[in-house]
Amino acid sequence: MSDDALVEVSGLTKDYTEGETVTRVLKGVELQVSRGELVALLGPSGSGKSTLLNILGTLMRPTLGELSILGETLIGADDEVLTEFRNRHIGFVFQAHLLLPDFTALENVMFPAAARHGRERREDKVRASELLDRVGLSDRRDFLASRLSGGQKQRVAVARSLMNAPELVLADEPTGNLDRESADQVMKLLTEINSEDRTGFLISTHDEKIAARCRRQIYMVDGKVADDRQQS
Amino acid sequence: MLYSFKIATRYLTANRGQSLLLVLGVAVGVYVFVFMSALIGGLAVLLIDRTVGSIAHVVVEPADRDPTSLLDDRNGTLIAVLKSSQQRSTLQSAEAYLPILESSPHVRVVVGKVLGNGFMLKGEAVAPVQITGLEARDISAIANIEANLVAGSTDLMLGTAVIGKGLADTLGIGVGQSLVIRSERAIEQSVTVGGIFEIGVAGVDDTAVYLNIRAARVLLDLPEGLSRYEIKLDDLQQSRIAAADIAGRTGLKATAWQDQNAQLLEGLSAQARSGDLIKGFALVTIVIGVASALLLSTYRRQSEIGIMRAMGARRGFVVLVFVLQGAFIGLAGGLLGAGLGYLSLLPFPPPEATSGAGLPVDYRQGAYGAAILLTLLGAIAAAIWPAYSASRVDPVKAIGP
Repeated sequence: MSDDALVEVSGLTKDYTEGETVTRVLKGVELQVSRGELVALLGPSGSGKSTLLNILGTLMRPTLGELSILGETLIGADDEVLTEFRNRHIGFVFQAHLLLPDFTALENVMFPAAARHGRERREDKVRASELLDRVGLSDRRDFLASRLSGGQKQRVAVARSLMNAPELVLADEPTGNLDRESADQVMKLLTEINSEDRTGFLISTHDEKIAARCRRQIYMVDGKVADDRQQS
Repeated sequence: MLYSFKIATRYLTANRGQSLLLVLGVAVGVYVFVFMSALIGGLAVLLIDRTVGSIAHVVVEPADRDPTSLLDDRNGTLIAVLKSSQQRSTLQSAEAYLPILESSPHVRVVVGKVLGNGFMLKGEAVAPVQITGLEARDISAIANIEANLVAGSTDLMLGTAVIGKGLADTLGIGVGQSLVIRSERAIEQSVTVGGIFEIGVAGVDDTAVYLNIRAARVLLDLPEGLSRYEIKLDDLQQSRIAAADIAGRTGLKATAWQDQNAQLLEGLSAQARSGDLIKGFALVTIVIGVASALLLSTYRRQSEIGIMRAMGARRGFVVLVFVLQGAFIGLAGGLLGAGLGYLSLLPFPPPEATSGAGLPVDYRQGAYGAAILLTLLGAIAAAIWPAYSASRVDPVKAIGP
């Protein structure tokens, strides 16, 4: 295993069971992502993109296969270990932004750190403010999340995903609910962070234009990696 | 500030109307708890005051003359069962015990009495009477005769008697009239009725005759000694302890009022159990109310719980958020209910100061601390199931499309 390896997946299989019906969504996925890579995950609906992201995010356990992130083998780890690992090393940006509506933008950004330490530390507040500043929302820090626009919410979600300085950010259709202008702003932000912080991004999208901004594109079809392209 | 504390308060304040209703619901339950405590406690105070207020808290009499074993224990024991005596049971050398009794813990007043039976005669009318001879100053020390006097005075001079109203009615006599008392010793004495009282206990009002102790000694042929000492304590709940202490120090038979009023205690105990049952139902209502409200909250906030879990919040953290919400609701409802209970009970006079009309609620017995504590614990217990349920939320399902 290379020291530069961020994600290593081998023979990853996931079955969903509904009653007596078993549906295989992932069918032996092989994937390696290095630190600092900006990867687009493309494919039609039902190709297994979201399931793969959920497994990589330790939110879901695979049925079969090997999974290693930052050199740590996570298959078989208990829930507390996975939660701790997720908190420290993985950031999430969801299509529906998924902010806590009764909390301000600043509080939402701080959440991963506060949940980790059990309290709101001064240094975390400073970092959260800096992140909001970085995503261009320093003037909205004390706004309740429910009062922000869609684009603003997604930028808060991006800031939140970076709060604990994770090595990997998983973004599931991060621009899916945004207009073109907001989508461009968010993608610009992600690419900037990727190049400045060397944070690895795995971005699931249907949008070829969004995917074109990533140096690597992985195409999934029917639960498998069908193509893996690296831009020069 | 603990972060889980902040989230719990934020959730509660985010839905102020719902939280307020929930706290009010809990407060109503706590109010019922407090009111029932005050009512049951007040009833007990009233009953005890009415019953024990007119009797001694501890009665000290000569020890029973138990028969002794006639055979050695090793060979089997033959007990003589004859327990009665032809002699009157009196406290000889009664004066010697007085300092011991007066120095015993909790003792407020000690009254020496000579007692006997007899008949009161007025013309052709005859009524059985219980004769009590005591020092004139002690006439209101045990039963408050002075406060319950309906005619005349309580001055117990030689040749005067203070009698119960029932007895006076039976004989058709009033204050200033003379009559004859014949004792169990067949000694007769002419007395003038100096006062008539009515304490509301038929057994006393219909038969009691109070005489000056010197007159009673002649009538009962008891030139020295006393029949018994009667004692009032500063805390009647200490009666059994005081009686045991006195018996141990004097070797005399000391009986607490509780041991002479078993039926009253049984009634009070049954009443207390009924009250506990109602209070228990109030607590169960609180627990069910809090549990259902928090359970609804976990369903409503499932997506947020999923976000928190995805962001790395541990299951214990989620549990704490919901348990704290239960605790806040319990504490706020408990304080509000207990406070309202206290304020609404405050205008009621203490049962012992009332005539018995109206509700005998005693604000001093509202069990406010217990109500708040039990509500807090009940609300926390009620929150455990919803909290556990919240912690098991699958983040993928909760935040999924």
